[in-house]
Amino acid sequence: MKSNIKIRKFKNALFKTLIFTFAILSCVPLVLILYNIVQEGISSLNINFLLNLPKPVGETGGGISNALVGTLILIIISSVISIPLGVGIGVYLNENTKSKLSYYVRLSADILMGTPSVVIGMIGYLWVVKQLNTFSALSGGIALSIMMLPVIISSTEETLKLLPYSLKESSFALGIPYYATVLKVVLPAGLNGIITGVMLGVARIAGETAPLLFTAFGSPFMNFNILKPVSSLPQQVFIYATSPYKEWHALAWGAAFVLIAFVLTLNILAKTLSRRWKVQF
Amino acid sequence: MQADSLAIDNSAVYSGVKAVSEVKNIKKFRIYDFFFKKTIGLFAILFVILLLGIFITLLLRSIPSIQAFGLSYYTTTTWNPVENQFGSLPFLTGTIVTSFIALIITIPFSLSISLFLGEYFRKGFFSNFLRNAVELMGGIPSVIYGFWGLFFLVPIMRSFEEKMGMPPLGIGIFTTSLLLFIMIIPYSASLGREVITMVPQNLKEGALALGATKFELIKSVIVPYARSGIFAGILLALGRALGETMAVTMVIGNKNALPTSLFGPANTMASVIANEFTEAVGDVYLSSLVQIALLLFVVTTVISIIGKQIINRFGKV
Repeated sequence: MKSNIKIRKFKNALFKTLIFTFAILSCVPLVLILYNIVQEGISSLNINFLLNLPKPVGETGGGISNALVGTLILIIISSVISIPLGVGIGVYLNENTKSKLSYYVRLSADILMGTPSVVIGMIGYLWVVKQLNTFSALSGGIALSIMMLPVIISSTEETLKLLPYSLKESSFALGIPYYATVLKVVLPAGLNGIITGVMLGVARIAGETAPLLFTAFGSPFMNFNILKPVSSLPQQVFIYATSPYKEWHALAWGAAFVLIAFVLTLNILAKTLSRRWKVQF
Repeated sequence: MQADSLAIDNSAVYSGVKAVSEVKNIKKFRIYDFFFKKTIGLFAILFVILLLGIFITLLLRSIPSIQAFGLSYYTTTTWNPVENQFGSLPFLTGTIVTSFIALIITIPFSLSISLFLGEYFRKGFFSNFLRNAVELMGGIPSVIYGFWGLFFLVPIMRSFEEKMGMPPLGIGIFTTSLLLFIMIIPYSASLGREVITMVPQNLKEGALALGATKFELIKSVIVPYARSGIFAGILLALGRALGETMAVTMVIGNKNALPTSLFGPANTMASVIANEFTEAVGDVYLSSLVQIALLLFVVTTVISIIGKQIINRFGKV
């Protein structure tokens, strides 16, 4: 009997050690990735790197300014499309919790969340690029907005769900019409949650490459025209990294550093803010 | 906190009162209300149509290739754009092999994280650290994983293959699986943690009162109870692995033939699209690639729906 307990205790300790080891081991890749990128990226990072355009192989001092501008344009286009739509749909879900349409909307959002980004890119190509007959920032923005929509829809719904019904009731009791109640009472009260949702959405699309391969396509030039191809930060990382040239690899580390700093800052900011701003009623 | 919440309430209502004084005409209210409700309803309908539209577009564009090859598209191995002969078996194999190897390696890790966060350390420094680390891993763009894989994992694999007496390529199926395994940890771990924290306290206390050790508690109460939720998490991770594009494209070697070795180059469904879609000329070629996307879309949709069903049922228990 005594030895039995000993064996059980031993198994228990062994299991605990295993769990701890595996859990800690799974942090190793993250640490390695961050360490490698910071270590290698910092050295190629300087003001010229951020301000210059990519240069042909052999010339030194190539930069990523076109990619920074391109990423900014893509983020703006997809935000303009997906924020109003996403918030509107989130409001619809919150107001019609149990309707049949709500069920299908939630299902669609889940499916879209799991759809491979390369498929979305193909859709952007078939829907927009084929019609306009040119790769363009617009088509890239549209493809990214499809990826951003489900994030904004679900974060809006989750936020609004937390607001107390009494808030709406008091607004109605004062004779305020429905649309004004939603727009001027409910949405402002949930604004913080919606903003963090938008930040998470932007963080999701800022690093996407696959949807842009067939839509925004990439371009080594500075471009502000949304009907022309633009480059983007993740795509620039891809181009530099898969090239056979040593100098371009250094640029890839730098671009990767900028990209990861941007995306992780957005992620961390959104999470900290959502903890601090947690709706309290 | 009471005073705080009151203040928020009041300010919100004040802004509502201001809204009334801005628009005084009741009839106008009714019209606005009508349009507002219709607009958000329309948005919702459009969203569902968007998803249906994706499916229908992919289906319609696949027709030329479906007509040309029928079912042999899924069973033949020749992928030859020059002769317009397309069989997708090499890519199906590549996707299935890489995803399943990744999934098998992931399971002990994500299960450990789930138990660590859901049972051993629910609060405190360690728990916060691990939770944030896993969340960050989920936030890293896939092109960064691919880039890191190319410059960190590939050299390691190359020297390993050299020692084993294999051609030292570095890239290939196994490297891809390793990278995928790292990438999908967050997806299964976060859902697993959630369901493990949802195991009722009284069940656990019952087991402990009977003298169970923590290991026995986990083995005979927690895991059986949370089984379906853990499975859903693994399923979602599988969905991610199947559709992962950039990271895979960068380290798999992009070879359009049936893979012969675990350490050799191959291609997956997603990576072949990424590589060839912009160069695809001719209806049948393009359509063959769209058909791969259609298959990916259908498979990930089914996975999402099954996962969702499991999670919903778990939430109701």
